Amino acid sequence: MANDMLSGTPPAGALRSSWRRLTAPVPLMGWLLGSLGAALLELAAGGAVAGLLGLDKIPLLFGFLIAFKQPLAIPGVLAYDILVYLLPVLLVGRLSAPPVNRLVAALYRLPLVVSVLVHLGLLYAALHLWSGVSDYRVLMLNLMLIAIMLTLSLNLINGYMGEFSCSHPGFMALGAYAASIFSLVLFVDDRIFGQALLPAAAGPWLFPVALVAGGAMAAVGALVIAIPSFRTRGDYLAIISLAFLFIVKSMIENLELVGGPRGLGGQPGYAGLTTVFIWCVLCIWIINNFVRSTLGKALNAVRDDELAAEAMTIDTRRTKMTAFMFGAFWAGIAGGLYAHVLQHVTPASFDLRMLAEMLAMVYFGGLNSVYGSIVGALSLSVLSEALRPLELIKWIFIPLLLILVMIFRPRGLIAFKEFNVRDIVKPKA
Amino acid sequence: MPLLDVKKMTHYFGGLRAVHDYHLSIEPGQIRGLIGPNGAGKTTIFNLLTGIHKPTEGEILLDGNSLVGLFPHQIAALGLGRTFQNLCLWRHMTVLEHVMLARYARLDYGLVGAFFGTAKRQRQEAESEIVARKLLRMLGIEDLAEQNVLNLSYGNQRRVEMARALATEPKILFLDEPTAGMTPEELIQMMAIIRQVHAELGLAIFLIEHRLKMVMELCEQIQTLVFGEVIAEGTPEEIQNNPQVIEAYLGKETLH
Ligand SMILES: Nc1ncnc2c1ncn2[C@@H]1O[C@H](COP(=O)(O)OP(=O)(O)O)[C@@H](O)[C@H]1O
Ligand SMILES: [Mg+2]
Repeated sequence: MANDMLSGTPPAGALRSSWRRLTAPVPLMGWLLGSLGAALLELAAGGAVAGLLGLDKIPLLFGFLIAFKQPLAIPGVLAYDILVYLLPVLLVGRLSAPPVNRLVAALYRLPLVVSVLVHLGLLYAALHLWSGVSDYRVLMLNLMLIAIMLTLSLNLINGYMGEFSCSHPGFMALGAYAASIFSLVLFVDDRIFGQALLPAAAGPWLFPVALVAGGAMAAVGALVIAIPSFRTRGDYLAIISLAFLFIVKSMIENLELVGGPRGLGGQPGYAGLTTVFIWCVLCIWIINNFVRSTLGKALNAVRDDELAAEAMTIDTRRTKMTAFMFGAFWAGIAGGLYAHVLQHVTPASFDLRMLAEMLAMVYFGGLNSVYGSIVGALSLSVLSEALRPLELIKWIFIPLLLILVMIFRPRGLIAFKEFNVRDIVKPKA
Repeated sequence: MPLLDVKKMTHYFGGLRAVHDYHLSIEPGQIRGLIGPNGAGKTTIFNLLTGIHKPTEGEILLDGNSLVGLFPHQIAALGLGRTFQNLCLWRHMTVLEHVMLARYARLDYGLVGAFFGTAKRQRQEAESEIVARKLLRMLGIEDLAEQNVLNLSYGNQRRVEMARALATEPKILFLDEPTAGMTPEELIQMMAIIRQVHAELGLAIFLIEHRLKMVMELCEQIQTLVFGEVIAEGTPEEIQNNPQVIEAYLGKETLH
């Protein structure tokens, strides 16, 4: 302590507490407004700032992409992040805090859904503006939102229920292919499936049906796994679900009707940012509702002591089956979105590597936690994208990171934390 | 007709005969006791009645309906609530969550309610919380409601188990050594709680107990089990004076 004062550097504790004092009165809406401001600023002056800092163009993903390719640009990128993102967000957030708090408090007195929708609207606006700069950002954002859905639905099984499922990419593939076939058969003049059966204009309106069909397909797949796996207590699920993943993959590869190993392309671009955003929000909302209900908490009871759960009237087998199918359903929805975002899917992409990435997101973010899944999916998506130029090293780095997390935080970053929407949209001070 | 009627129940674990030709009939509102040395098969009898094991032979009737072959959760929902000798709590949950979860069979908002948070769900969960808090108050652990169960003392953990079992609204409460590991004060409190629960909820209680004083004071009828067989059955006085019991059980106890 005395040493710190002598050397003139503020102790870390003091820094942290002054940071906390600075940010404590800012409600979530303040941060959202700040983000909106930052996005607007970038739109207006991003290019100029980048030029001044000696960057060729604005960093597309906060500089994570450039960092490994051109290490010399790192100081410029950092300065850009601070000038264009950090400072505006902090300034707007902090300065607007008093009036925004009053606004938030007024909204808070209305039904919760009003507050939530206003917050979501602001979040969407900020994301929309930020990603409007380049198609790459839209793609990244879409994939990140899909990753959140996958992580959360896998967390339901591996975290909340405490089983170990490996079949999530398989469910995703089922959803991707089912939704793709739905769209292609009905709305596209396609080489494989022939003339469109319905006018193309109806496509976007029936896209939810396509997705739900994909989700249902995945849920049926889950039922096939669940029946033998949950018959008796024991760790059969990991093995059976892994086998299922391989079966789905090779089944698709051998099905010429859906393009075999070449995959299936030409899906109409129904999955824009708005659509993916809405589905992601729906997914979080519904899963969070579920895990906070007694029916959902029964999963935790099954995980922590199955015998006690049975003795307390909980139908453990049904609980496990429904949760497993429910998780698969969302993986199927995510798969359908994925196919329509990329507008091309190949069976090869639903492989062990994808499984590893999903598992990493779940375990890194934190078991039994909606927050954790969101944080895990976002951070590992960015990391994975940043490390992409390093290809092979990436596959050393991510497992290494996972091992470190397992050692120092065995349950992940933000495990076992309840995601209480009412608290999130609460006014501060 | 008795509430619970068990006839000729026998159970083998492989070659080991854990329970032999067991009979029991419990009337509504009775407090019955089951004593016997360690390994006599007392817990096994609970496990058989609550469906964890299926008896090799015999009949179990609740209100005249057979329980044999039903799943434990079905039997629990029909009215056999229980606690465990070695606490079986859910390690990541709060006290309140424990008790509310035991209301599982009483909720009928279904998956739609769970997914979309319907008004019906809000209402049923709120009612469930009221019931749960009432039980916690009855057991004197209301102020621990928001605590994780692992933070509780052993005695309080036992109370959570009991509150949780009561939340299933049992007709008969099965208590497997509810005072094991408790301090003398906790023991006295637990006896008072059992009396209070019995008086207020009017349910039947079937008690396994190691401490004889407790069974003698609480129970109207006591069975003594040795090597899976009932060697004596009767009122506390009869049991206390039964030479077989003294030999098999009390004799050993008084030696210590
Ligand atoms: N699941 C089981 N599998 C095999 N043997 C068991 C099992 N449960 C209990 N036993 C055996 O049955 C006998 C009775 O055990 P238990 O009912 O736990 O006795 P008590 O509760 O009277 O102390 C013991 O010999 C025990 O080892
Ligand atoms: Mg026992």
